[in-house]
Amino acid sequence: MMTKSVCIVGLLATVMVATLLLSAGSPGSSANTAEPASAEVKVDNFSFGPATLTVAVGTTVTWTNRDDIPHTIVSTDKVFKSKVLDTDEKFSFTFSKAGTYPYFCSIHPKMTGSVVVQ
Amino acid sequence: MAKRKKEEILHDHNNDGVDRRGFLKCMAWAGTGALCVMEGGILKSYSLSRLGEISAREMAGELSFVQISDSHMGFNKPANPDVAGTLKSAVQKINGLSKPPGFMLHTGDISHLSKPEEFDTVDQILKSANAKDVFFVPGEHDVLNDDGKSYLERYGKNAKGAGWYSFDKKGVHFIALVNVMNLKAGGLGTLGHEQLEWIEDDVQHLKSSTPIVLFAHIPLWSVYPEWGWGTEDSAQALAYLKKFGSVTVLNGHIHQIMQKVEGNVTFHTAASTAFPQPQPGKADSPGPMKVPAEQLKNVLGITDVNYVQGRNALAVVDSTLA
Repeated sequence: MMTKSVCIVGLLATVMVATLLLSAGSPGSSANTAEPASAEVKVDNFSFGPATLTVAVGTTVTWTNRDDIPHTIVSTDKVFKSKVLDTDEKFSFTFSKAGTYPYFCSIHPKMTGSVVVQ
Repeated sequence: MAKRKKEEILHDHNNDGVDRRGFLKCMAWAGTGALCVMEGGILKSYSLSRLGEISAREMAGELSFVQISDSHMGFNKPANPDVAGTLKSAVQKINGLSKPPGFMLHTGDISHLSKPEEFDTVDQILKSANAKDVFFVPGEHDVLNDDGKSYLERYGKNAKGAGWYSFDKKGVHFIALVNVMNLKAGGLGTLGHEQLEWIEDDVQHLKSSTPIVLFAHIPLWSVYPEWGWGTEDSAQALAYLKKFGSVTVLNGHIHQIMQKVEGNVTFHTAASTAFPQPQPGKADSPGPMKVPAEQLKNVLGITDVNYVQGRNALAVVDSTLA
């Protein structure tokens, strides 16, 4: 009897460990995952979407230009600055500090957006 | 909404006490085109379809020049996959004018991405025009990567600051301005303090009877600020020109023909040689407008300007590439 219950507990423990390992291994399913966070902003029709993006500290934000006209991503406070992005070109920046980061397109300055890092 | 915006443009004046009875606004689409003759501060405009009714004397002058704009060399999207071809058509049109123009003005966006090979291609194509001298001002597409250094090396050797300069032709004083540098978030085109001071100094010693032609890339009047189609400090520049009887402002940037007269100032934007853009507020954004291939040349064009000495008159003629 004793031997059998030890065996069952041992089996349960094995299943639990396996389950934990599986959940940690599946992408994006756990808050404890070591995967770096990422977010996207689309540059489309002379506007940024979303115009205000809220992300966690450490998130890498990628802008993609979907217009037929080149644009730039330039931080108003000179924190980051892309080269000129032609159609379908991308720019990424990793936000390592909390704060609000307003930015604009230096070619079409009416285009403005901001990234809020919490 | 769009209608209200149009009204805003109609009533956008300098609050300078100018008699509004003299106010005239005409807006002609490339494809219809207009000939405008200004005399004594009054502008007359004629549809290009009525050119046959206008006397040769009205069209001729002692000085004629052509404005081209927004070549966007390097652009290859569906709105116009052959911008070199349409620029060549513009040059053919210039070479077909009954009287060869004295020179050409290019009001910016020569290139699409500021690449040396794009500037090279434009320079090469313009060499085949019968007007040899070309006076340039930069568009925002010409100063993308290096704050305009390579533009200045190529086109601005004798210019001041970011590329502004002036010159005289047969009694007409031409002022080339740069309003595409140091653009601020949320803002419009800007001339900046240094350039404004230079303008004031540049015109100080001219007689008030001297006709003035101002040219820059972004419109120097509020065409549609929501799309950035205007210049923050243009009112200050125009204030320095109040004493002059005849001021003509030539711009590009918006890829369509528009005209407005306010007091002593005639504002004029030229068509692009590359691709059309929508009417203000008539689309979600000012991006390139795709038109059927057979219609493209109807919405691209050149501007031919004639000056008749002693009459203080400038005649502005827009031609399509069709």
